[in-house]
Amino acid sequence: MTQPSAAPPRFAMRGIRKAFGATVALDGVELSVSEGEICGLIGQNGAGKSTLMSILSGALLPDAGEMWIDGQPFAPHSPIDARRAGVAMIYQELSLAPHLSVMENIMMGAEPMRFGLVDWPRMREMAKQALGALGHTDISPDATVGSLSVAAQQIVEIARAIAVGSRVLVLDEPTSSLGRADVEHLFDLLRHLKSQGHAIVYISHFIEEVKTVADRFIVLRDGRNAGGDATASATHDDIVALMVGQAVDNLFPRSPRRRGEAILEVSALEPGSASFTLHRGEIFGIAGVLGSGRTHLLRTLFGLEPVRSGRVRIGVYSGVARPHERWMQGMGLLSEDRKEEGLALTLDVADNVTMSKLSPFGPAGLVFPSRQHTAAARWISELAIKCAGPFQKAGELSGGNQQKIAIARLLHHDVDILVLDEPTRGIDVGSKAQIYRLIDALVADAPDHQPRAVLMVSSYLPELLGLCDRIAVMQRGRLGEAVPADSLTEHDLMMAVTGGTAA
Amino acid sequence: MTTRSLVERAGTFVGLVLVAIIFGLLVGPQFFAPTNLELMARQMAIVSVAAVGMTIVIVSGGIDLSVGSMIALVTVVIAQLLRMGLSPLLAALGGIGTAALCGFVNGVLITQLRVVPFIVTLGTMLVIRGAAKGLGEERRIEAPATWLNDLLRVTRGESFLPSGIWAVIALSVLIALLLRYTRLGRHVFAIGSNERMARLCGVAITRTKVLIYALSAALVGVAGLLQFSKLSVGDPTVAVGLELDVIAAVIIGGGSLLGGRGTVAGTLIGAAIMTVIQIGCSQKGLANWVQQIVTGGIIVAAVALDRIRSRV
Repeated sequence: MTQPSAAPPRFAMRGIRKAFGATVALDGVELSVSEGEICGLIGQNGAGKSTLMSILSGALLPDAGEMWIDGQPFAPHSPIDARRAGVAMIYQELSLAPHLSVMENIMMGAEPMRFGLVDWPRMREMAKQALGALGHTDISPDATVGSLSVAAQQIVEIARAIAVGSRVLVLDEPTSSLGRADVEHLFDLLRHLKSQGHAIVYISHFIEEVKTVADRFIVLRDGRNAGGDATASATHDDIVALMVGQAVDNLFPRSPRRRGEAILEVSALEPGSASFTLHRGEIFGIAGVLGSGRTHLLRTLFGLEPVRSGRVRIGVYSGVARPHERWMQGMGLLSEDRKEEGLALTLDVADNVTMSKLSPFGPAGLVFPSRQHTAAARWISELAIKCAGPFQKAGELSGGNQQKIAIARLLHHDVDILVLDEPTRGIDVGSKAQIYRLIDALVADAPDHQPRAVLMVSSYLPELLGLCDRIAVMQRGRLGEAVPADSLTEHDLMMAVTGGTAA
Repeated sequence: MTTRSLVERAGTFVGLVLVAIIFGLLVGPQFFAPTNLELMARQMAIVSVAAVGMTIVIVSGGIDLSVGSMIALVTVVIAQLLRMGLSPLLAALGGIGTAALCGFVNGVLITQLRVVPFIVTLGTMLVIRGAAKGLGEERRIEAPATWLNDLLRVTRGESFLPSGIWAVIALSVLIALLLRYTRLGRHVFAIGSNERMARLCGVAITRTKVLIYALSAALVGVAGLLQFSKLSVGDPTVAVGLELDVIAAVIIGGGSLLGGRGTVAGTLIGAAIMTVIQIGCSQKGLANWVQQIVTGGIIVAAVALDRIRSRV
């Protein structure tokens, strides 16, 4: 990577421009990655990362600019062109056939044939080799993909890319659904692939990840190269500054808070072995890796999963309840899975914001759309949701704006207890900052209204440390003792969630 | 209303106008004569009212294959009740109630057994057809002539449309309002668009679904009543395969089998397109097989459109 003229980079693009109507999505973008190099691609939502990747994968044609693979011009007209040229894309949402076996998935589209029939023994052998090359002999070629963990499925997808002889591997937010240990394994795997001479483009929202795994990084902002450097010589703050175009000094605001009455009391709740008390004017954080049971605990509290034993008391109410009753008692849940559970993407913004509480919009079961739209319009402006209006389909909005709609539902319902599961997953830094400010404002001490209470789960530890008053760690399905957040360092917390001892 | 949904709806309407013009040219100006339009309205009534019910089911992400069998059962029940000496009104209500009960059972089976609606109603399609044949002793049931036989007929001196068609119009308006302006209607869309989101939002999924199937089936009951009126007998073998016309009307009208989308107005236009084709073909003297091929082609084209639309 420090022999500039010896060989052309494995992959290069220069002067890439793409406009959609009057909107310029990309303008003069450059990116290159050499053999045995990992290049991180960072940018807020809407910075042009997805457009750039669509061009690289052949799904979109650029208006201007050139691309090369190993010095040869590369101008894919379809995803199949790109794949044939050796570009393998691994998206956030895996593209595997869950009912088929690991080997069928790995060799899909390139099945070894003999006499016009599938050569099963050879297929198994080739799949084994591909998995072996990744150091994952633990995954059986005969296993059904749907029965594997998300992390193992991702490895199957990478094995497929390797088996068909890809020269450039592009990973788009590969860690978004992985727990901490799996992320480490993935990074080891990427380093291993790098040492074998693969060229890798690594797209992530997580600056720490890029700093950990990539050699270089490139930041896109508003469709242009905003900068880039060797990861070793840039600090986290430097990169954030490049992403947002200005230095962010106070990502996690902290208004004065005053702990009020106990509003939620959980004792010996199973599953989860959870006992804790949540007060008004307080943010209570739950840290834990994926699969630690943190999401299950929130869902159990909200009545989406059955309670085995224990007690939940909300204000004057106690006992088990379904989601409907929880809403009535003043508790609202923000789902971690925005697309599958949080929102109805084919419905409009107004329906999504108001679905849990339609009763104010008319007497006797009637819903007047004008009133519904007025209510939604209020939250659109208060949360600065970028959309054409309450009638726009939720699916047409960006991730950050969708998340604000999901949060707006809790505000529309005017709940006292906001249960937030990964409130900033997969959204851009700008929206994150707005959501942090909003969460802080909800629990702030104010003379004119009662502060609310927030219970939140996050995989992003700086977020928990920055926002929460108390944090409890969830590990292997058990919730630990809550600790004041200011007594913890990120290092302590990381140790605790990953099975270390601190905290 | 967004521009896109206007374009979508206009698209279906343009389809209807095109089909009407084509057959107008083929058949001649008498195709648009008042008597012919009324004939079409009468023919359309049965499929329409069932399709309006099916719209609710399809918007909720479900399907009901048992509507053809329900219509047959309703005609038999009405005929038997009339023979037992019940008043025509009670017989009609008995028929509609029977259909609603069938829908209720469909809904309970779908929600309690957690079997997909396609399979449950594929089963009940056979069960209900069998019940109709059993109750009708495998033949047509003659019934005393009453005013029920006049629902689709124009009686002189009265309004220009038969009372049955007024009923279909009124029910269509009612269901359109229900879908748009009531909590239940919004819940139907929520369940169809994303059932998990609906559950998260506290929508009573089981109760709403059972209600959806029962309500839809009650409209199918009205379709059965109109069918009885047209036949003036109870016929356990009538309306075989009608569920497909009903589903096609919804789909042509912009409903999505994936749920979350569909309108009563679109469904009525869809039913009108199918009726124009059927009447047009028969008045042009085209053989039944041509008519079937054309209708089949339209259904496939409409589903293809559905796919394109849901990709947007």
